[in-house]
Amino acid sequence: MAFKFPSDEWVKEFARQINSNKAYEESGKDWEGDWIFTVEADEAYPKTVYFFIGLYHGKVTDAAMMESENALEAQYFMRGSFTTWRKTIEGKLDPIQGLMTRKFKLKGNLMKVLRYPRSAKELVNCVVRVPTEFPS
Amino acid sequence: MWNFISPRIVFGEGALDVLDELVGNRALIVTDTTMVRIGLVEKVKAHLKKAGIDVHVFDKIEPDPTVQMVRQGAEVAQEVQPDWIVGLGGGSPIDAAKAIWILYERPDIEPAAIGPVGELGLRKKARLITIPTTSGTGAEVTWAIVLTDTVEKRKMGLGHPENIADIAIVDPEMASSMPPRLTADTGLDALVHAVEGYTCTWHTDLTDGLCLHAVRLVFKYLPRAVSDGQDMEARERMHNAATCAGLGFGNAMASMAHAMGHSLGGAFHVPHGRAVALFLPYTIEFFAPRAPERFAELAAFAGFANAGGKEAAVEFAHHIRGLCRKIGNPTSIAEIGIERKAYENQLDKLVDDALNDTQMVTAVRTPSFEETRQLFLYAYDGRPIDF
Repeated sequence: MAFKFPSDEWVKEFARQINSNKAYEESGKDWEGDWIFTVEADEAYPKTVYFFIGLYHGKVTDAAMMESENALEAQYFMRGSFTTWRKTIEGKLDPIQGLMTRKFKLKGNLMKVLRYPRSAKELVNCVVRVPTEFPS
Repeated sequence: MWNFISPRIVFGEGALDVLDELVGNRALIVTDTTMVRIGLVEKVKAHLKKAGIDVHVFDKIEPDPTVQMVRQGAEVAQEVQPDWIVGLGGGSPIDAAKAIWILYERPDIEPAAIGPVGELGLRKKARLITIPTTSGTGAEVTWAIVLTDTVEKRKMGLGHPENIADIAIVDPEMASSMPPRLTADTGLDALVHAVEGYTCTWHTDLTDGLCLHAVRLVFKYLPRAVSDGQDMEARERMHNAATCAGLGFGNAMASMAHAMGHSLGGAFHVPHGRAVALFLPYTIEFFAPRAPERFAELAAFAGFANAGGKEAAVEFAHHIRGLCRKIGNPTSIAEIGIERKAYENQLDKLVDDALNDTQMVTAVRTPSFEETRQLFLYAYDGRPIDF
């Protein structure tokens, strides 16, 4: 079964993938910090949407699609266009490279994020595993 | 979309002469006391003076530069107000010069937060020249900065594309006084850069050629440069190899041997090149079952005919161990002289630091905690990887 992106079902499946990933659990065992991912409207998708992912000690505490960036509190914010997110989900764009080329923008304690490169890689492995259906 | 970033590179015999026509008022040379003692600082100062530049020297950089060292250097820079910062030496002074430059221009930034995201806004007060005196780190042409956190005893991979040097001066004469052991350690560092730059997941068409050629140069010229330091052809080709490899991996990435080497270096102060070269064959053997092709290509380009596949990658790992032995470098941790008990006491930290090193993200096969533990244990004993 494929999950439509962007949707609440999709982000909940992403959370399920994270919570069943032992390597993420291991690498993120000390991580404390929630994220908001902003999928910005572009020519491929007309509406900006927001995903909340709560991460604590290697597990997802909560995951939801939101209508506004301020609906829930978070410590880390990552923004990118729909097309950039699509490339990441399809495994065509490494988000770390995306950040370095400013396809993604990050707000939060960069010093802390830089200490968890393996967690970042495992999150990408999880997102690629979500069977995803994109709007045509 | 990706970038290829490089300084202007002035290379070959007499390259230092480019300093004679530099435009500026004040320069701060960031270096170490060895460079002062062997006269290389004086040599650079003489060229800068020809250009009418007032020169100040900060020579407090030690191997594995720390946050404290670069803060101290930044304070000196604030007093001197240079419009050129000159990193002179091996990887440590050059990396320190990059960090000092950033802190000089952006005193609001925490050294540990120098990351590749956002804007730094450099070059409002000064520009950077790098002059390597070893042939291996490639630091002269990369924006990477490695600083040591003395509290947590770990190396931090930092840097921002903006902190790339404006001019890299790759003059073989500057490396001609290296003793054989340093020549071997740093030359192997260049080999690891080239191999990892070619085989990591971030390699590109623009970096592949540089890495391939650097591997070939190292296999051909490093034994000569180690056995006869006055062999200036070998010195020059190794100096060029290091810069090629630096451009190659600096615009791609390094990988797992660097992650493990940083971890070992942070805990036991093993010279960087020696540590990463020691781990390289083990990581190749670990990668071989999953992604052997590019190692086989590298081996063929370096002159080792092969039939491809896993066997070719494993054979390439043997050739690297052979090169290490030929130039007197260790191929196991035990040979370095680290006691087993001390090593095992640090094992969990070694594994944790390696897995959380920035270079690990580009590994073609990501090891689990237990696999990384086994990699460290096999490397201690010198056992080829069989899992």
